[in-house]
Amino acid sequence: MNEHVDSVKTYTAVWLILLALTGITTGVAYIDLGAFSVVIALFIAAVKMLLVALFFMHMRHSTKLTQLAAAGAFLWLFIMMAFTLADVWTRGLVGTQGR
Amino acid sequence: MAEQAHAPAESLALREQFNTPEQQKESSTFGMWVFLITEVMFFGGMFLAYTVYRNTYPVVFAMASTSLTAWIGALNTGVLLCSSFTMVMAVRAAQLGRRIALIWFLVLTLFLGLVFLGVKAYEWNQKFVEHHIPGAHFYFEGAAEQGPAQLFFSLYFAMTGLHALHMVVGAGILSWLLYHAVRGRFTAEYMTPVDIAGLYWHFVDIIWIFLFPLLYLIDRHMR
Amino acid sequence: MNTAAIETQENYLNAGYGLKSWLLTKDHKRIAILYLITITIFFFIGGIFASLIRIELLTPQGNLVSSETYNKLFTMHGIAMIFFFLIPSIPATLGNFFLPMMIGARDLAFPRINLLSWYLLVIGGAFAIFAMLAGGVDTGWTFYTPYSTTYSNSWVIATALGIFVSGFSSILTGLNFIVTVHRMRAPGMTWFRLPLFVWANYATAVIQVLGTPVVAVTLVLVFCERVFHIGIFDPNLGGDPVLFQHMFWFYSHPAVYIMVLPAMGVISEIISVFSRKPIFGYHVVAFSSMAIAVIGFLVWGHHLFVSTQSVYAGLVFSFLSYFVAIPSAVKVFNWTATLYKGSISFATPMLYAFGFIGLFTIGGLTGLFVASLGFDVHVTDTYFVVAHFHYVMVGGTIMAFLGGLHYWWPKMTGRMYPENWAKLSAAIIFVGFNLTFFPQFILGYMGMPRRYHVYPDEFQVLHVLSTAGASILAIGYLFPMFYFMWSLRYGEVASANPWGATGLEWTMQSPPPVHNFDEIPVVTHEVYDYSTVVKEGVEVG
Repeated sequence: MNEHVDSVKTYTAVWLILLALTGITTGVAYIDLGAFSVVIALFIAAVKMLLVALFFMHMRHSTKLTQLAAAGAFLWLFIMMAFTLADVWTRGLVGTQGR
Repeated sequence: MAEQAHAPAESLALREQFNTPEQQKESSTFGMWVFLITEVMFFGGMFLAYTVYRNTYPVVFAMASTSLTAWIGALNTGVLLCSSFTMVMAVRAAQLGRRIALIWFLVLTLFLGLVFLGVKAYEWNQKFVEHHIPGAHFYFEGAAEQGPAQLFFSLYFAMTGLHALHMVVGAGILSWLLYHAVRGRFTAEYMTPVDIAGLYWHFVDIIWIFLFPLLYLIDRHMR
Repeated sequence: MNTAAIETQENYLNAGYGLKSWLLTKDHKRIAILYLITITIFFFIGGIFASLIRIELLTPQGNLVSSETYNKLFTMHGIAMIFFFLIPSIPATLGNFFLPMMIGARDLAFPRINLLSWYLLVIGGAFAIFAMLAGGVDTGWTFYTPYSTTYSNSWVIATALGIFVSGFSSILTGLNFIVTVHRMRAPGMTWFRLPLFVWANYATAVIQVLGTPVVAVTLVLVFCERVFHIGIFDPNLGGDPVLFQHMFWFYSHPAVYIMVLPAMGVISEIISVFSRKPIFGYHVVAFSSMAIAVIGFLVWGHHLFVSTQSVYAGLVFSFLSYFVAIPSAVKVFNWTATLYKGSISFATPMLYAFGFIGLFTIGGLTGLFVASLGFDVHVTDTYFVVAHFHYVMVGGTIMAFLGGLHYWWPKMTGRMYPENWAKLSAAIIFVGFNLTFFPQFILGYMGMPRRYHVYPDEFQVLHVLSTAGASILAIGYLFPMFYFMWSLRYGEVASANPWGATGLEWTMQSPPPVHNFDEIPVVTHEVYDYSTVVKEGVEVG
C-alpha cells in the first residue's frame, strides 16, 4: 500500500479502457449473438471487474491472503449459484409430477 | 524534521491493541476486504434470484429489459467508472501526502456519486410514470402474463435500490473523509481510512459493472 | 481463602465502575460478559416457550392453546434459541473472552466493532421481543414463503428485522475473529501452536462471514415483499417458493456448524486438560474444523428433499451430506484416542465433555439417517428430525457451552463454582435431556409430525415421558444459574491455573488484567505441552 504508488498514467489507462469496454458491451448488445450474448456481456463485465480490482483496489500489490479471500468470495458465490441452478435446471427430468 | 508534525497524528492513530502501525494498517485493510466478501454474498443472493428467474422467463425478461433506457444506464456506468478513477487518484494523493489534491479528488468523487444517484432517481421516476413499479398499479404492455414482468422489475428495484443505498452510505463516508482531509488528519504515513474507503467505493462500482449489462442489456437486438 | 486479595488486585472487573464503563467498554472480556448476560436472557425466553410447548403436548387434544398460538410458540422458541442464543453463544462469550488471550494479543483487532456487534444483538433482540409481545410470529423459524410473505397475519416484519440486525452482529464477530487470528498472533504463535479452540472459532468465523449475508438478503426480500409488495417468491407472479428455501438454507445449514464447531473446540480443550494429554492428532482435528466449515456449505439441499427440488439435486445433496459427517466423526475418534492412557479427572467440565461425546455421536449418527434421501422422505417433518437436531444442538452445543463455562469460570471470575452441586447439575441435565429427546426419536419414527399440537392417543405415553424429561432438564439448567451467581461472592478464590492447563490464558491472574499481557509473550513451546505446567496452580498475588 504505502510502498506501491502507481503512476497517473497507469490509472488513466485503466480508466479509459474501462470506459471503452462499457461502450463495447453496450454496442455488442445490439448485435444478435443468440445465447452467446450473455456470455460476452458477462465476460466483459468480468474483465472490467478485474481491472478495477487489480489496479484501482491495488489487488495486484496486496498479500496472498487478500487475493485468496477475494477468490474465495467468488468461489462461494459460484457454489451458491451452481447448486441452486442444478436444482432448477434438472426439475421435471424424471417425469414424475412435482419432481 | 517533517516527521515531527506528523508524529502526533500517527501516535494518536495507533490503537492500543496493535503493536505497530504496520500491523494496524494491514489489519484494517484486511478487515475491509473481509467485509467486502460479506457484501459479495449479500448482493450475490439477489444475483442468484435474478439468474433463476431470467432462466425461467427469458422472453419476458428481455422485453422488460428493453423498456429501460440503455444509453442512460451506460452513461451512469461511465459516471461511476469516472468516480472510481477520481477515488483511486484521491488515494494516490493521500499516499503522497498531497492534501489539496486529496481534497479535490474526494470532492470530485462525491460529486460524481451524487450525479449517479440523481440519474438513478430520474430513471426510477420514469418507471413510476410508466406503471412499471411492482405493486397494485403495475402494468407492462406487451407481456401476456404480468407476473414474470413484475418479477423483473421487483429485482430491478431491489438490486438497484440496494446498490443505491450502498452509494448513499459511500457518499456519507466520502463526506466524513472530506471533513477530516480538510482538517489535515491524513498524511502519507496515515491514510488508512482513505485507502479502505476507496476499497468500498470500488466494490460498489463493481456491483454496478455487473448490474448494468444484466438489467439493461438483455437481448437488445430483439428490439 | 484470602478474599481481600481479589478485591485489591487490579483486574478487568474492577478496572472501572458504573454503567458507562460497561456499556462503552472496548475490553473484549467485558463485552463477553455483556453477551453472556444477553444470551442467558434469551435462553430463558426460549425455555419458556419450550415449557409451554411441552405442557401442551402432555395431552393429545390441543386444549392448552389454540393452533394459531401453538404455531407461534414453536416459532418463537426456535427463533429465540437459534438466532439469539445458540448462534452467538460460544463465540461471543467464551470466544470473545479467550481468543485474544490464547493467541497472545491484548484485544481483538477491532474492539469497537466488537462492542457494536453486541449492540446489534441487543437491538435485533429488542425487535424480536417486541414482535413476541405484540402478538408473536407463526411462520416457523424457517419463514417459508408464500406463507411468511403473503398469508401470515403475524409480526413477520419485526421478527425478520430483528434477525437481520442480529445477523450483522454475527458477521462482524466473524470478521473480527478472522482478522485477529491472521494478524494479531504473538511472536512464535504459529498456526499449529494455536489451541484447537482458536481453530474452531476461526472456522466458525469463516462460516459466519460467508453464509450470514445470504440469509440477510433473503430476509430483506421477504421484508420487501410484505412491505412494498415487491414479490419475488410469490407463486402468483411466477415466483418460486423453493428459491426462498434454497437461499434460506444456504445459510441455515452452515449455521448449524456455527453452532457446533465452537462447541467442538471447547471439548478439545477440556478433553486434553482432564486427560493431561495433548489432543491425539492435533493437525487432523484442526483441519477437520476447516473441512466441516467448507463441506457444510455444500449440503443445504438436504432440507429441501420433499420440496419439489429435483431428484437429481436431491441425490447430489444426499451424497455430499454423508461427507460432512466424516470430519465430525474424525474429531470423535481423536477425542477418544486422547482419553486412552490419559490421566482422567472427572471434574465437572469433563463430565460435560463425556456427555457431549455420547450425545453428539447419537445426534450425528441420526443426521446420517436423515441425510439419506429415501429415509428422510419418511421422517422429514416428524419428531425424528426434532430429536436429531436437539441431540446435536442441546446434547452437543449446550453441554459443551456449560462445560466450557465451568472450565473457564475460575479464570473469568476468579472464583471456583461449587464442584458437588455442579456435578449434580450435570447428572440431572444428562438424565433430563435423554428423557426429553430420546422418546422423540421413537415418536417421529412412528409418524408423529412436528409442529402439531394435536396427535393420536397412542403417542401420549412418549409425549408424557418427554415432558417429564423436560421438567428435569429445566431444573438441571436452573441450578447453574444459582450456584454461578452464588460463587461470585462465596466461591473459593481461584488461582491463576487451578486445572493445571496449558494455554496462555492460564498464565495470567484470575480474573485477568485489563490488557491481558503487560508484555506480549514470545511463544516457544508447543500447544498442550503438559511438561511445562504444574497440576496445582500458583497462588494469586
